[in-house]
Amino acid sequence: MSETMAAGGTRNLQIWRGDLTSGQLVDYQLETEPGMVVLDAVLEIQRSQEPDLAVRWNCKAAKCGSCSAEINGKPRLMCKTRLDHLPADQPITVEPMRAFPLIRDLVTDVSWNYRVNEQITPFTPRDDLPEGDYLIDQADTDRMSEFRKCIECFMCQDVCHVLRDSRLHNKYYGPRFMVRMASLDMHPLDGVNRLDQIADEGGIGLCNITKCCTEVCPEGIHITDNAIIPMKERVVDAHDPVMKIFKRGSGEAGRKKPPPRSADPEL
Amino acid sequence: MAIEHHDYDVLVLGSGGSGLRAAIAAADAGAKTGLVCKSLLGKAHTVMAEGGLAASLGNVAPEDNWSTHFQDTMFGGKYLNNWRMAELHAREAPDRARELERWGAVFDRTPDRKMSQRAFGGHTYKRLVHIGDRTGLELIRTMQDKTVHSNVDIFMETTITRLLKDGERVVGAFGYKRPSGEQVTFSAKALVVATGGGGRIYKITSNSQDCTGDGYALAYEAGAEMVDMEFIQFHPTGMVFPPGVAGLLVTEAVRGEGGILRNNLGERFMEKYDPKRMELSTRDVVARSIYTEVKEGRGTPHGGAYLDVSHLDSDYVRRKLPSMYDQFMELAGVDITKEPMQVGPTCHYFMGGIKVDAENGETRVPGLFATGEASGGMNGANRLGGNSLGDLLVFGRRAGEGAAGVAAKVENVSIPQDEIAAAQAEVELFLNGPGTENPFQMHKELQTIMGDGAGIFRDKEGLTEAIDKLESLEGRVGNLKSPTNRIDYNPGWQLCREVKNMLTVSLMIARGALMREESRGGHSRLDFTAYSDYWGEHNIVTHNAGDKDMVLTPTPVAKREELAELVEARKESEKAS
Repeated sequence: MSETMAAGGTRNLQIWRGDLTSGQLVDYQLETEPGMVVLDAVLEIQRSQEPDLAVRWNCKAAKCGSCSAEINGKPRLMCKTRLDHLPADQPITVEPMRAFPLIRDLVTDVSWNYRVNEQITPFTPRDDLPEGDYLIDQADTDRMSEFRKCIECFMCQDVCHVLRDSRLHNKYYGPRFMVRMASLDMHPLDGVNRLDQIADEGGIGLCNITKCCTEVCPEGIHITDNAIIPMKERVVDAHDPVMKIFKRGSGEAGRKKPPPRSADPEL
Repeated sequence: MAIEHHDYDVLVLGSGGSGLRAAIAAADAGAKTGLVCKSLLGKAHTVMAEGGLAASLGNVAPEDNWSTHFQDTMFGGKYLNNWRMAELHAREAPDRARELERWGAVFDRTPDRKMSQRAFGGHTYKRLVHIGDRTGLELIRTMQDKTVHSNVDIFMETTITRLLKDGERVVGAFGYKRPSGEQVTFSAKALVVATGGGGRIYKITSNSQDCTGDGYALAYEAGAEMVDMEFIQFHPTGMVFPPGVAGLLVTEAVRGEGGILRNNLGERFMEKYDPKRMELSTRDVVARSIYTEVKEGRGTPHGGAYLDVSHLDSDYVRRKLPSMYDQFMELAGVDITKEPMQVGPTCHYFMGGIKVDAENGETRVPGLFATGEASGGMNGANRLGGNSLGDLLVFGRRAGEGAAGVAAKVENVSIPQDEIAAAQAEVELFLNGPGTENPFQMHKELQTIMGDGAGIFRDKEGLTEAIDKLESLEGRVGNLKSPTNRIDYNPGWQLCREVKNMLTVSLMIARGALMREESRGGHSRLDFTAYSDYWGEHNIVTHNAGDKDMVLTPTPVAKREELAELVEARKESEKAS
């Protein structure tokens, strides 16, 4: 067992403090314990030094995806990042996600993601399903399950340059919702033809496959390779006039157009 | 100053499994429905449920049926369950599981492509529908998506600090929005408390930080009765190291898939405590066994027991227990396919809760309903693994429908101004009052008192001392004050009311535990180690008789004539073995 786990010691944290109008990194010294994660450190600072430090967290078990932040410049879950896995010879910086409007300190307004999700037609069973229990292969389950592991930490959204740098929140749903669309699209019993939404409102064409999202996913979902690229290929096939003749309807047989959706969700 | 106000037929507090299911049911029944949650949607404690959802579908064990599930639940609950709730749960869980699948939930499959089911402690047959070890996330995400497409208004990061009454009737709720601190009132013809449990009263807990027993305290203050609050489930297997993650859940599925418990002598100690069921004995038994092994000097270096799956195929472990593999690898540096985990008991679940009508979740307060972990009765003295996900679906639906039914008969409700003023005064006092008590500090004190005096093993001396200390905290709780008076996302302000709630709940637990002079399920007395015939027939019902006057009344268990045969048959067969 991990008897060798590094001891605590004093660590220097630089935590971003401020709101939409102004802010800066503020230095804190903290006596740490072995095995401490960044969230432990932030909460200890909140308890003992800065009672109004705003931080969002819930489960502290890497299952709810609430405590996303940029640690040493990289999006990570604070509850899953051990202090002793970060370089000891430099301060640990903790900053809010940048792709979303700041509320205060480490807390951002992620409500845009919820507005996007409302635009996505939920699972709708095919009309032609027989009565009785749903019958699904374990292989299909495994394929969907990778995407359904998503804990909605929104760090893939944070790091996606279409959202983070180009601020095209009204043109691209972002990796999180490409993953969601993929889990629905790959459901063998789903009766909705989702390709138009994936291409048009979803804006899958804006992704240029830099795989930044995949790198930060705390659940290890292969967002680019397993969700986005296969859907891009199907969108291209569906819109290619030649492919249309040869492959018309393949994979989409029995699937219907989704109901109309409301306007683009603005940030 | 006018404050933001919303009118609903049905208002649901809490967005975990039971709250979402209640909101869906209420909206389906045609009620104008609002849902309020302390955190973001989809983050509630249900996401942490791992093992599965108990439902006698019979996909793996065709001989399974509702009556065996009912008997298992009653036996697990040591016969203190509300019989009708245990019956409804066992009968309806299969339909609720199938319904989830029709809403898009994805579960592991059998070779003949149906929902697979796994073994779990206390269940006679393989019964738990599951997906890997993240079944709770699947439930939450499925119902979250169902809810946002069900015409339900959702108020995220909104904290409710008081239920508002007009005479005897609950007619709404008061709270504030956490990001801005702005106050908000809701009127409701019927209100469903679905706020989950209160594990944060203990330091070592598997519970999310939101689990501060808010609903118990709010409903108690509004006049509802509580039942059997002394029964706390300590899950046998929480992580014990490193310190920052102590208490973090290690799913029972680890044992369900074949994990073995050993002490530091290498002995498979469950042979001593329950040779028939071994590692898959009920949770109360396994938790006490581990605690006893550690106390008698046979614990691991970090004060737990070894839990080992390294004899299983490593690919199988990584496929069936992926998040356990990650959790130990990331947080403890342990590869569970090669070396054993170290585990110990952690506060996991409140069997007790708000006393409700089994059929529709109604409390004795007009207009007030409760469901899920916030309600009590279904699980008796001890809950079987897998029965909480079934519970929140079956009774979430019933409470949502029940609330909508009552709301339809209510013409209009209006909130008396003095109710709002009192609620405002309270939150204002936490922010700008003359108090000097720090909520972070008081929370720590409370956790120490409960851990020391009302933990996994209890006795008269310890409980009496705990109650004394809690009563002295009660004298100080009016002086709670946030360390800063800003209103936007102020964690200290939030914690003030939560600490007050946790204190109320702790008093119910400790007083109930002192009154119940026996050991049963999730309540173990060192000075009364055996079952008592009297207490085996009685629940403890607690209500608020006014200013700090908490009244506890032993009340006969709610039985059902037509189920007596099943219960007796199970008691006989247990005696025989």
